[in-house]
Amino acid sequence: MRKPVSAFAVHGILALYTALALFPIVLVIMNSFKAKRAIFNTPLQPPMPWNFDPIGYVKVFGDSAIGTYYMNSITVTVGTIFFTLLFGAMAAWALTEYKFRWNTALAIFLSIGIMVPIRLGSVSIIQLVSELNLINTLTALILVYVAQNLPLAVFILSEFIQQIPKDLREAGRCDGLSEYNIFFFIILPLLRPAMATVAVFTMIPVWNDLWFPLLLAPTGGKQTITLGVQQFLGQYITDWNAVLAALSTAIVPVLVLYVIFSRQLIRGLTSGAVK
Amino acid sequence: MAEVTIEKLHKSYGTVEVLRDINLTVSDGSFVVLVGPSGCGKSTLLRSVAGLEPITSGHITIGGRDVSALAPAQREIAMVFQSYALYPHMNVENNMAFGLKFAGTPKDEIARRVGEATRILQLEPLLKRRPKELSGGQRQRVAIGRAIVRQPKVFLFDEPLSNLDAALRINTRVEIAKLHKLLKATIIYVTHDQVEAMTLADKIVVMNQGRVEQVGKPLELYYRPANLFVARFIGSPAMNTLAAELSRDGRSVSVGGVSLPVTVGAAAAPGAVTLGFRPEHCSIGKTGVPAKVDIVERLGETGFVHCRTADGTMILVEVKGDPELEQGADVRIAPAAGHLHLFDGSGARIPEA
Repeated sequence: MRKPVSAFAVHGILALYTALALFPIVLVIMNSFKAKRAIFNTPLQPPMPWNFDPIGYVKVFGDSAIGTYYMNSITVTVGTIFFTLLFGAMAAWALTEYKFRWNTALAIFLSIGIMVPIRLGSVSIIQLVSELNLINTLTALILVYVAQNLPLAVFILSEFIQQIPKDLREAGRCDGLSEYNIFFFIILPLLRPAMATVAVFTMIPVWNDLWFPLLLAPTGGKQTITLGVQQFLGQYITDWNAVLAALSTAIVPVLVLYVIFSRQLIRGLTSGAVK
Repeated sequence: MAEVTIEKLHKSYGTVEVLRDINLTVSDGSFVVLVGPSGCGKSTLLRSVAGLEPITSGHITIGGRDVSALAPAQREIAMVFQSYALYPHMNVENNMAFGLKFAGTPKDEIARRVGEATRILQLEPLLKRRPKELSGGQRQRVAIGRAIVRQPKVFLFDEPLSNLDAALRINTRVEIAKLHKLLKATIIYVTHDQVEAMTLADKIVVMNQGRVEQVGKPLELYYRPANLFVARFIGSPAMNTLAAELSRDGRSVSVGGVSLPVTVGAAAAPGAVTLGFRPEHCSIGKTGVPAKVDIVERLGETGFVHCRTADGTMILVEVKGDPELEQGADVRIAPAAGHLHLFDGSGARIPEA
């Protein structure tokens, strides 16, 4: 066991960090329930009966476009997670299990992808997407996000696949499974905790991203929620009630996804006994 | 069930030859054990038969069919791995049924075969458990069950007992012997434990550095080792070997100034030879090779006296009961007549007359 003093220090630092990280979120949620005057006069006061005003939520839920934006964000995020995990796991399996020409070169190429930020290529991405006639489509966003997240996913999943004992794959081969069946019925189920990790890594930046929605799908009802919120922000007038309410509700879907994956993560870790 | 033949098998990784010219016949229903020190190629040979390692040249046939180029699944073999290799995300029942499901076996047939394996291996109470909830011995039985349900022509065991503790190892060894009697299966079994080899095998294949050193029945290897390597490898504790001189008439060897009578074939060349005798086939007495006592190990029923000759060669003598000897005592070691082994300069056995 650790010494109580150092345990106390560690927990103290973590608690401080948690408070720091949660503070802006709590501020947003608190103020989203307050009248406009109260937001500006007493921003740090929690919502009370005398300053309570749900006007922000009324506006957000009354605006039919906002619902579409939510669905867009959810579609993009879930689609990205799905394809990143599928292709990431397949690529990781191929790179670790099979020996072929360019194997190492390909692995190095993918790790370069981790280091180079995809936004550097924004101009060529716009050209590419526009030539493919995919401007203002969710497909464009999903494609770009999958490309952005694939290198790290392959890297992490490769590490996990290497930990799966070789005997298991060979037992599968002796049992007469095809290579695809070995991948889908032996490797994938054992990769579940790793995939949950990758999903969490992937999901949050994608959900929060403003850059690519702004460049690739800024209009035509294909905006994501982060972009959709911008309609309440004007050059002269900003509807703070609506902005804060929209941001507060935007936390919910990503939180639900996180809870789902972290369950998987914990269950995976505790039942992971491979040997 | 089927006969397995291996002809002129070679295998190399790059320029390193790991299997050299292996020729072996495993007759139908027999239990063949591959033994050898680690790195001798015994596991590689087994995995080549399984189809998990591609071979460089040569042929492997199972039941008369050349399987050298076939995938593991098409060879009608089943393998039991050292690490058991049970699928961790499935319960015992599904572990056994998994391969059959993919082979398109009808449901009632799967149930029948799994039921039979369950009965033979007494896995009934464990069917719904996951591998991590089983002990080592239980996992081993499930792994064997998974092999049985496939109804293979040949069972391949890769050091199946080395992850078990000593008591369980003896139990499981007996179980495997019974199972072989029951299934009348052809089994190829790899181990580095010579007790397993001696007790289980119909035929033992001793391997060293990618070569087959000798193939024979267990006691044949014990009584008539074909060369020095087999002589030193089979038998525990290992055989004593001493430099000796074969007389011109081929009737005696002199070792440490003592002459011992031997009977060798006429072809044997006189001169420097290696004399071998087992610790259990010699005694401490008034005649024999002079040596000094180094260490005495007392096990109760028997004792082992480690002696050192004048030129520094160690000789181990097994003594019944308590050897009443002190360290540094001068003794003479007399090998029992009829239990002497002679090997020539290349290590090959000099045949008896």
